[in-house]
Amino acid sequence: MSDYRLRLYVNGQSRAGERALANLKQICDAHLAGRYVLEVVDLVAAPEQAEADAVLATPTLILLAPEPRRRVVGDLSDQRLVLQGLGLTAG
Amino acid sequence: MSDMRSSGIEKLPSGIQGLDVIADGGFPRGRTTLVAGSAGSGKTTLAAQFLVEGLRRYGEPGVFVCFQESADDIRRNFASLGWPVGEWEAASLWAFVDASPTLDEPVVESGSYDLGALIARVETTVRRIGAKRAAVDSLGAVFHRFSRYDVIRAELARLTLALGRLGVTTVMTAGRDDEYGRISRHGVEEIVSDNIIVLRNALEGERRRRTLEVLKFSGTSHRKGEYPFSVMPDAGIAIVPVSDIQLRQHASTTRVGSGNSSLDAMCGGGFFRGSIVLVSGATGCGKTVMATEFVGCGAEHGERSLLFAFEESSEQLARNAAGHGLDFDAEQRSGRLRVIAACPEARSLDDHLIAIEAAIDEFRPRRVAVDSFSALERGSTAKLFRDFVLGLAAIVRERHITALFTVTDEQGTGATCAISAQIASMTDCIIVLRHIETLGQMTRAITVLKMRGSAHDKTIRELTVDGSGLHVGAALHGLSGIVAAADGRAGNAVVERAASEEAQASLQD
Repeated sequence: MSDYRLRLYVNGQSRAGERALANLKQICDAHLAGRYVLEVVDLVAAPEQAEADAVLATPTLILLAPEPRRRVVGDLSDQRLVLQGLGLTAG
Repeated sequence: MSDMRSSGIEKLPSGIQGLDVIADGGFPRGRTTLVAGSAGSGKTTLAAQFLVEGLRRYGEPGVFVCFQESADDIRRNFASLGWPVGEWEAASLWAFVDASPTLDEPVVESGSYDLGALIARVETTVRRIGAKRAAVDSLGAVFHRFSRYDVIRAELARLTLALGRLGVTTVMTAGRDDEYGRISRHGVEEIVSDNIIVLRNALEGERRRRTLEVLKFSGTSHRKGEYPFSVMPDAGIAIVPVSDIQLRQHASTTRVGSGNSSLDAMCGGGFFRGSIVLVSGATGCGKTVMATEFVGCGAEHGERSLLFAFEESSEQLARNAAGHGLDFDAEQRSGRLRVIAACPEARSLDDHLIAIEAAIDEFRPRRVAVDSFSALERGSTAKLFRDFVLGLAAIVRERHITALFTVTDEQGTGATCAISAQIASMTDCIIVLRHIETLGQMTRAITVLKMRGSAHDKTIRELTVDGSGLHVGAALHGLSGIVAAADGRAGNAVVERAASEEAQASLQD
């Protein structure tokens, strides 16, 4: 049962995007193993979707579920801030 | 022109009234112009109007990138300016890139990032509708959303480059803190530093006055200094008509009637078509009557005539005109006459001037009268009033309109009053009306102080005003010395006339 739905916007094959994806997988495997679905969107290929989600910065991670929606901007290199941004830590 | 060629930069006409004159043709094409201004200075309206005029006048689609307000808010706000943004979106003439904050979603930064998503969205939207123009409002709001100012600055520079590569001419807005301090917050002018316009909303006298100044324009030519503008409720930004010193073309040699045959005779056969006549005098001397007869005479001779009345209501004017045998209502119905009565205090002088110009361009009169300048001068500063008078003179001169302006002069010393001194040089004809004391009795007198390009009657004549209009009587010539000794007033008139003729002679050199 996957109760966490995540969407990661990256800019083509950029290094920041690759870093963000690697960092995110590591965090999810450590904290949400088997409980998450991750969708990676290349905004070069799908700018309309970036428009719909009002994305400005790349990379941007959006937590779609559970509510409320949250965002983390950047290459996700600071694990503590990512967990805080996703609401996975108390503080 | 030579400047434009040497720098290789073309101009794109903005289409905003008056702005392209100041900008000497328009905004540098394919480049970004920064519009910096304090809160409420009109920068969002200017940015949006740049798109509106583009699509309306030139069929050029535009993209609006909003960082502060949402697209929904902007559609609503602009509807009040009469801009149907939703319809334009449907016609692919307008598209939003909504980059307003998603307030309900908390955002955390972790590691490095750029604004690649924003740039990709803008590029996609520009290509989708074939945009030629873009507006980005306002840059300050982006800096509130992110912590890395260095990154944001670099990314905004990248956005500017991307728009330039697409051939889009862009207006970006930025906030500033003081009217005369540094150009913008966060130093964004460094990003698009080639082209900068500053909007101000500073106190002048007791009123706020909006001005626009082009600071620099990629080395291309533009006018220097601050130019007043207004934000009109139904039309957006309009630059206040600018007086142009070069507008010195001679009035025609054709004469037109003043509305009073005796006055025509005093002027050597009437006013010259396209000339500017100033009627100066104390309250109750017949200035309004003269203005009324002037437009009435025009209408009767088939010349469209427009009277701006700031002293009396149109009903009052129509009643008085009826006494002079002029049927104002019939003339108005026939389309030869229009009377626009307004309260002088209802709006600023800048706004009055814009409204006057709009009314003139709509009605296209051959004659215009303004009664009176003095009503408009109340509560204004000398500088604002001077700009108004010169701007109005430029408007009527440009259109070869015969104009009559009245001014109240309670002192009876026309040449020394502030108004006359400022505007005497722009008038072709000055008529002075005053009360004088003759043989123990108050009498009205009229004299033509100046009549450019023509001989004229230099006597002081008796003037009577009754229900049927103005009547010029006999010369008070023999009396002037006596009056001067007894009172000094008529004596002043003689001195003034001499002074005025001297000035005239030197002007004609």
